[in-house]
Formats: sequence, structure tokens, C-alpha cells
Amino acid sequence: MQVTLSWLDYLILLTYTGFVVGIGFALKKYMRSSSDFLTSGRSIPTWVTGLAFISANLGALELVGMAASGAKYGIITAHFYWVGAIPAMVFLAVFMMPFYYGSKARSVPEYLKMRFDERVRALNSISFAVMTVFASGISMNALAKLLHLLLGWNYHASLWICSAVVLVYVLKGGLTSAIYTEVLQFFMIVLGFAPVVYLGLKDVGGYGALTNALKSVAIDPSSVHLRDPGISYGPNAWTSAWHTLLSGPANNPMGVDWFAMVFGLGFVLSFGYWCTNFLVVQRAMAARNMTAARNTPLVAAVPKMLFPALVILPGMIAVALMTIPSKGYKIPAPILDNSAYERAMTAVAADAALPPEQAFKDISAAVGKKMDAQKVAALVRDYAAKPLAPEVFRDRLWNAVAEYDYDGVILSLVKRYCPPGLLGLALTGLLASFMSGMAGNVTAFNTVWTYDLYQAYLAPNKSDEHYMRMGQVITFVGILLSIACAYFASMYNNAMDIIQLVFAFVNAPLFATFLLGMFWSRTTGTGAFIGLLLGTATSGLVHALTISQGNLPGMKGGYLGVVHTFPSEMAQNFWLAIFAFIVCFGLTAGISLATARTKSDDELKGLVYSLTPKIKDESLAWYQRPAVLGTVLLAACVVLNLIFW
Amino acid sequence: MGLDIRWPIGLMFSFVGALMTVYGFVTAGDAEMYHRSLDININIAWGIVLLVFGGLMLVLAMRSKGGGGPPGPK
Repeated sequence: MQVTLSWLDYLILLTYTGFVVGIGFALKKYMRSSSDFLTSGRSIPTWVTGLAFISANLGALELVGMAASGAKYGIITAHFYWVGAIPAMVFLAVFMMPFYYGSKARSVPEYLKMRFDERVRALNSISFAVMTVFASGISMNALAKLLHLLLGWNYHASLWICSAVVLVYVLKGGLTSAIYTEVLQFFMIVLGFAPVVYLGLKDVGGYGALTNALKSVAIDPSSVHLRDPGISYGPNAWTSAWHTLLSGPANNPMGVDWFAMVFGLGFVLSFGYWCTNFLVVQRAMAARNMTAARNTPLVAAVPKMLFPALVILPGMIAVALMTIPSKGYKIPAPILDNSAYERAMTAVAADAALPPEQAFKDISAAVGKKMDAQKVAALVRDYAAKPLAPEVFRDRLWNAVAEYDYDGVILSLVKRYCPPGLLGLALTGLLASFMSGMAGNVTAFNTVWTYDLYQAYLAPNKSDEHYMRMGQVITFVGILLSIACAYFASMYNNAMDIIQLVFAFVNAPLFATFLLGMFWSRTTGTGAFIGLLLGTATSGLVHALTISQGNLPGMKGGYLGVVHTFPSEMAQNFWLAIFAFIVCFGLTAGISLATARTKSDDELKGLVYSLTPKIKDESLAWYQRPAVLGTVLLAACVVLNLIFW
Repeated sequence: MGLDIRWPIGLMFSFVGALMTVYGFVTAGDAEMYHRSLDININIAWGIVLLVFGGLMLVLAMRSKGGGGPPGPK
């Protein structure tokens, strides 16, 4: 799956790199205090923070993963946007931003300290700091691996050079640099991938032809090896967002029930991510005034709502292309290692005389993957007639594998449609989103470290210059830690899965703490702290006691016994979050009632909804009022859901 | 005051757009190369789109006289 770049592609890549480093240097002279460096001095206009907000979320892994899900599940994937993002973004803007911005907190953990106490802050800041470093490492590992596989670049060189570029511009321009490059990256991604989607859609014959092709796939997914033989869905399983969801977990490709989707994803996970994750909230906190801060998530919601066309549609196009044999397209198979090729070669050579079914079984076993029977038979026939050259054999064997590496969808389309020039643009977009993903994580990490851990616990009462220095040093350290995590991820795949699982446990109950904290003045620090801890423990417990169909007890759950089996991993994740949320909510509320309040109404002014004077928006034009904009956005989101019902 | 982000965006996309457009014209006869983009000279077409977008950003940056960037008045 290698691609060769032309000089023009390299030139486009270098131009982008030159500009982001240049932005860092141009901003250097404005970095006068720790707040300039770590919080952008609260000075950035709405459209810039808005695009950075969405860009920090649109990491490269999301781009790759959403196209993969588009192929695996179809339009139902769009619920991650229309159900799992827009309502939470509107809620953040209208109800929560006034407290984050108005409290003058410099970070989400700092807000928790103001609202509750040091324990809650420490818990949140430590888990967040560890999480960002690992997130950044995981994504850098993916980047270096991709550059190695796709362009043949050296893994280590790719990792270190990309990290060095990020280091230079973040060190020079701080959060402002990160936000600016995120905006640049936003346009790179949109302008780099839009033509690929257009060409793909044109190739399959337009949207009408696409839905027709996907209808035939839905009825018999095994025809293109998307599912095992015998599995069948309703004709609109890949092309309708709700119809198929409402017909139950057995009848939709994702295997999720509507309640888990709406409550688990749409409420618990989505609000937990969008409303409490400092990585995105930090962008809004950098806005120049309260109105700009509140409107930031709303500006971001517009592209977010339309992104499915850019990121999910390619996956659907890929599936539709496979139904047209003349196109000669196949979603790339997983990479096979050398020993698999050798075993297969021996088997193919030995099996020429065997009946085709037996040969097929042997060869499938030798490769260790599901295979396409016709292609294997043809390979055996041709090999018996005349032994094939090793490269030809490898190509044909890989082509006969009937399993897909869905993460390869987006790049296989880029490779298919992009001539030199456009290829450089699309790949630069992808590279840009990896790098700005790292920058985003590092800038959130250095703020939380400097203000919530270093200044709070290790070295209080130092000069601002001291904290500015610390911010720069920790940026450097953060990047080194990310690199270490990238190596860790490249060595122990299983360990990475465990870490991501732990993050899911930590995130699941978080929104209950914020919801009670912001809207109920009676909530106490002890209630919040214990509720959060036990909520996290609940997610771990639910995971240990349940499993999803097709998985064996172990990493995927069920290691303490299987109490319930979910139809899919997705359903397991959504339900796990629901339980964690309910436990955290119940415990926080119960313990709060049983413990004495430690903060008076006066201290909670500006931190709790009922104790804070409402913001008056009458002086603003209607199109600047968050409530009006939020309503318009929600209505637009409903319309989208209806169109693709 | 400060750096208006529209300058770098405008400059970068105008430059990349110009590169792609010129390259598109130079390679216009290469039917084999553009076969993959469904026989459309996508470099000219998309290069022009990028030029227009970049130009628009530059015009907006020029008209605002430094209003679009940090660190503005606090």
C-alpha cells in the first residue's frame, strides 16, 4: 500500500511545516507572561477559538476511525456527531461556559477546586495529565507507523522530526501557536479531503447510486465480505440513521439499542467529553470575552454537524465501490507478516492436486485469516500452471484475504484518486492533524501541570516569570513523555488497550460530578470526591462482569465472570458509561445530603447556576446571542436527523 | 496588534493553490496521470479553489487592519 510522492507533494508538505514554525516565531514576541503562554491571555476572536475547538477534537485518529466506521456501520455512525456532539456543545455554550469563563479559572481542574476542594482537583488534574500524554503518544505512534507503511519513512525519524516541529512552535508561541495551527489544520483537512470525497462520489455514480449499492450490501453483507455469510439486515441498514437503530440491536450493523445510543452516547459520554474535557474547553477559555467564549462551541458546532459528509461518507463510498467489480477496488486487508506468506506459498504449491474445498481450508489456515474462495482457487490454479514470482504471489494472496483493515479506508481512497499535487495536499492535511493533535494535548498538559499540580502543590507563591519558565520546561518534558508513550504503544499493543480502557472508566462518571456541582449548590466536596471515585470503580466492575458477543473473557471484559452479554462492544461501552454515571450521580447526591456544606452561598457565586446572576444578552444582536444560536443549531440538527431518518 | 491568523492562512493557501494550478497547466497533456482523478485535471480545478480561498482570507485580513488576532487589547 505504498505511495510515491513527487517533488510537488514534498513542497506542499514543507510549505505547511514552514508556515506553522513561522507562526510560532511570529508569536514569540507576544509571550510576555505565563498567562500569555498557557492561556493565550484570553484574547482570541470567536471564529478562531471556534475552529480550534473543533479542530482539537478532529484528530487524525478520528478521521481514520470515522471512515472505518462508515464502512463497517454506515450512516448510523453519524450519531457520533448529531446525537453525540451537537446537543452537548450547545449545552456547554449556553449553560456551562458562563461558569468556566466567569469564574476566571485557568483550567477545568481549577474550576473543580473553586467549586469543591483540593481533593477533586487533584483527582481530575492527575488523571487528565496522564491521559493527555498517553493520548498524544498513541496518536504519534499511529502517525510514525503510517508514514513508515505508506511512504517508507523511518519510524524513529518520523516520530522525532514531527515531535520536534511541534516542540518548536509550541515553545515559541504557546497556546496561541497551538490554536492558530489548529485553525490552519482545519482548513487543510477540509480542503484536502473534500476533492477526494467528491471524486469518490462521482466514481460510484452519485449519491443515488451509492444508496442503491449499499442497499444490496445491507441485504447480503457477505457478498463483499463485510460480515460472515448468513447475516442479513434490512435494506436501509447502511443508509438510514434511525430506522435501523429503532428496529433493535439485532437488526442494525452496530448492534446497539436506541436507549444506549441516546442516553449512553448522547448524554453520558458526549456531555462528559464535550463539557468537561479541558483539551476542548481550553480553546473556549482562551476567547477574548464572555460572549466570545460562549459562542465558541456554537461556531464549532456548524462544521461538526456537516463533518459526516467528509469523514463518514468515504467509508460508505468504499463499500459501494466494492460492489462494482469493474472498479477493481477493495478495502485494504490487514498487513500479513513474512511467515504468513511463506506458509501460504508452501500450502499453495502443495495443494494443487487437492479438491478446491480442502485447498481453501489449508491455505486459509496457513494465512490465519478469512479468505475469498474464488480468488484462492484462481491463485492455486495459476500457481500450478506456472509458479508465480514472489511479489506477484504476495500481491495476489493479500488481495485474496477477505478481512479488512478498516482503518486503511481513507488512505486507500486518497491513493486511488489523488494525482501528484492533490496527493500532497491530502497527505499534508492528515499529517497536520496528527501534529496539531499532539500540540493540543501538550498545551492542555502544560497548563494543568503548571497551574494545577506545580503551582498548587509543589511550588506555590513563586513569581510569574518562574511559572512561565516552568510552562516552557514542561512543554519540552511533555513532548519527551509523549515520545516515550509512542514507543511504549509500539511495543505493547495490549498495554495500550488497557490504558484506553482505564481512560474510558475515568471519563464515564465525570459529567455527573459537573452536573450536580454546577446546578445544585448543596453538592459537597466529599460527595463529589467519593462519587467520582466509586463511579470510576463501577465502570471497571461493569466491564469485569460483562462481555460482548463474539469476545472471550479477558481484555474485552468478563474476567470476573459473565453476568450479561451485550450484542456488541459499542453497546457494552455505552451501557458501562450509563451505569457509572448513575452510580456517581446517586452517590454524589446522597453523600452530599449526609455531609455538611463547606462552602457558603457567597463563595459559590459565579460557580453554581442558581447563585449566579443571569447574563443579560439584550444588548447583543440576535445572531450573537448564544441561546438563539443554540436553538437554531439544535433545529438544524433535528432536520439533518429527519433527512437521513 | 498581534498576528492576524488570516495572513498565514491566506498566504499559505494562495501559494499552494498557485503551485497546484501551474503544475496542473504544465501536466495538462498527461492523460494517464489524470486518469486516476476520473479524467479531471483536479490540480487546476482545486488549485483555483485554493487560490480564491487564500485570496479571500488576504482581503479580509487587509480590510480589518489587524483586528483578527491576539494579543489584542485586554
